Amino acid sequence: MNFLLSDDQLALLTSIEDLLRDRCDSLRVHKIFDVEGEAQYDSELWAALADMGLPAIFVPEEQGGLGLGMVDLAIVAELLGAYAAPVPWLGHALAIVAIALGGSDAQKAKWLPRLAAGEILATVAFGEGKGAWLPGEWQLSAAGGLIGTKLLVPNAAEADLIVVGVAEGLALVEKGAAYSTQRIDSGDRTRPVDTVVFDGAEIELLTDGLAVRDRLIDAAAVLIAADAFGGAERCVTMSVDYARVREQYGQPVAGFQGLRYQLVEMALATEPARGLYWYAAHAWDALPEKAAHAAAQAKAHLTDTYLQVTRDTVEAHGGIGFTWEHDTHIYMKRAMLDWAWLGSPGRHRLRAADLAGW
Amino acid sequence: MELGFGAEYDAFRQEVRDFIGQHWPPADGNLKSRENERAFVIAATERGYLHRAIPKRFGGSEQAADIGKAEIIREELTKARAPAGRIPGNGLVVPTLLEWGTEDQKDRFIAPTLRGDIVWAQGFSEPNAGSDLASLRTKAELVGDKWIINGQKIWTTHAHKATHMFCLVRTEPDAPKHAGISYLLIDIRQPGVTVRPLVQMTRQKEFNEVFFDNAETPADMLVGERGRGWNVTRSTLKHERSGISSMTWSLSMFRDLVKMAKEVERDGAPAIKDPRIREELAAIEGQLMSLTYSTYRATSHDMHDRDIGPFQTMPKLYMTELAGRISRLARDIIEDDFTDMGGARLKWIERFMISLSMSIAGGTSNIQRNIIAERGLGLPRDRSQGAGA
Repeated sequence: MNFLLSDDQLALLTSIEDLLRDRCDSLRVHKIFDVEGEAQYDSELWAALADMGLPAIFVPEEQGGLGLGMVDLAIVAELLGAYAAPVPWLGHALAIVAIALGGSDAQKAKWLPRLAAGEILATVAFGEGKGAWLPGEWQLSAAGGLIGTKLLVPNAAEADLIVVGVAEGLALVEKGAAYSTQRIDSGDRTRPVDTVVFDGAEIELLTDGLAVRDRLIDAAAVLIAADAFGGAERCVTMSVDYARVREQYGQPVAGFQGLRYQLVEMALATEPARGLYWYAAHAWDALPEKAAHAAAQAKAHLTDTYLQVTRDTVEAHGGIGFTWEHDTHIYMKRAMLDWAWLGSPGRHRLRAADLAGW
Repeated sequence: MELGFGAEYDAFRQEVRDFIGQHWPPADGNLKSRENERAFVIAATERGYLHRAIPKRFGGSEQAADIGKAEIIREELTKARAPAGRIPGNGLVVPTLLEWGTEDQKDRFIAPTLRGDIVWAQGFSEPNAGSDLASLRTKAELVGDKWIINGQKIWTTHAHKATHMFCLVRTEPDAPKHAGISYLLIDIRQPGVTVRPLVQMTRQKEFNEVFFDNAETPADMLVGERGRGWNVTRSTLKHERSGISSMTWSLSMFRDLVKMAKEVERDGAPAIKDPRIREELAAIEGQLMSLTYSTYRATSHDMHDRDIGPFQTMPKLYMTELAGRISRLARDIIEDDFTDMGGARLKWIERFMISLSMSIAGGTSNIQRNIIAERGLGLPRDRSQGAGA
């Protein structure tokens, strides 16, 4: 039995974490978070991560990438979630998955090498509002120029390329086509999102877009779940560490049973959920029959857990946890986006029930 | 990553399957016969499949610890409904004797215990010493070449079927709490011992009260040093447990729940079609999958000598809470039948109660929370507990 990370995977994590510890500490995240006006991303950190080969993880070797799989993407997502990294990784990674799975040789050759090197930025557009996130619910049509609106699109304003979910499959839209973006105040200023209004934009369909779009959605669910685990685990650690140093009545508050049990409940909700997101990532790579159900379960369970754990984290910190200068609200706002993006846990549970054949 | 045990174990699994195929079901087809069971266990032990951590000279098969092999053996035996060589009564005494027992004690007790000729009860808990076990008061005095025992034990599982008890007693009344305790072996089929069953809320009888009234045991039935009994209890088998088998119960209970949710009608459709039931069922499945795959993860880490992390302190509490959640959803599905103890849904009413016993037996859920806090999260000790608890 080998349900563990390989030495290569551990080495990958170590090198990324070294960089994040150095370049994505709490002060740096706050600095990005607190920029006046619209939310931005940390372009220096993104460039440093691109130099390390982060965007190349899933890109096939033929197109200059590392040719790794979903487990590798997911453990990176976990790490970025733990550090609340203000970088446009999620949309970029998912656009790469879309093109690698559904692109023709020409499409792959055209886009993947530049995406792997981080020369250009890509994102994905799924949501259409009122809980419509999934391929069967996409109303936008590619016929005769793209017209309509996509919501909560990560970094659409900065993206050179958007992979748009449409009734016909998946459409590529390049910067400069007929669309406009509007940055939304979603609360999570580490991962800016935009409303994108397409106004007859010129598109090119991914050759196998229709066949792979469900699998792309499963990938998105896995990566959101992984982000949620990373953030939740970090919140538990943060709360435990604080309880050990914060003193009241002449002793660390970690000695008070009420709080101890709250910390235990947070850890008990979080730690076992790691197995679920690992399984969902592994199923995506290796167990096609199980992948969709596992992804739906992971998305539902992990994002629900994350949001609750961030609430508990604020409580465990008392007054300081309710201030802007603390990290608690940054994680809570990431948890809110994770919860909503791609559809609420309730929707994914009902989908998991359908997929289980109940 | 892989969830199976991998190619290196495939051949071993096939061997185990072939062996079971040749020996079970037994030739006369009688699955219930104790003789058949005994013969199977002996043959499987000779092959190195059972009693793996116990030396050959005491009737074991003396195999190198291998979590993967142990798990495959368990899986295949379960699939074939073959005897798993479970030691009747409380098998905890065997690892204790291996670690602390005298040669004479090992020779006299281990092999007969494996054969089922000696059946043990565990005499630890007392009416005023549950989680705080070190407060126990049953006392033993050495008079000549005998220990004379007086006091009471409680929650003693299967004492009514047992022949012997391994027992914690206070032998040094003046020593500090943990230091005055010794570990004795007692034959409980004697006039000085009275076993009285306790009836549980489910009407079942599994536990007993055991009273000692000048009961006797020979002086050489002391295991480990006098006054060091607290340490003696802390030995466990060279560990081949993966936790995978202990999940089976939760998994089968969940499968039953899904089956029932499909059978029961509400408002003219199967209950499972009701979005509230459906969503809660899926939420429970998410928790169950978390437990399942974290257990696989823990097993893999164990097999590769990697640190499992805080998860290893969590399965019991997680399963307890999951069982409660499953029971409550079952209640919501059966609705009016929830009060019909004579009806078709009795099993679920019993489970609603039995799931409570999980939060008590083997360390209450609050004790589990302390274990997670201290060993899992590294929080300082609960100051309300005495030393060594």
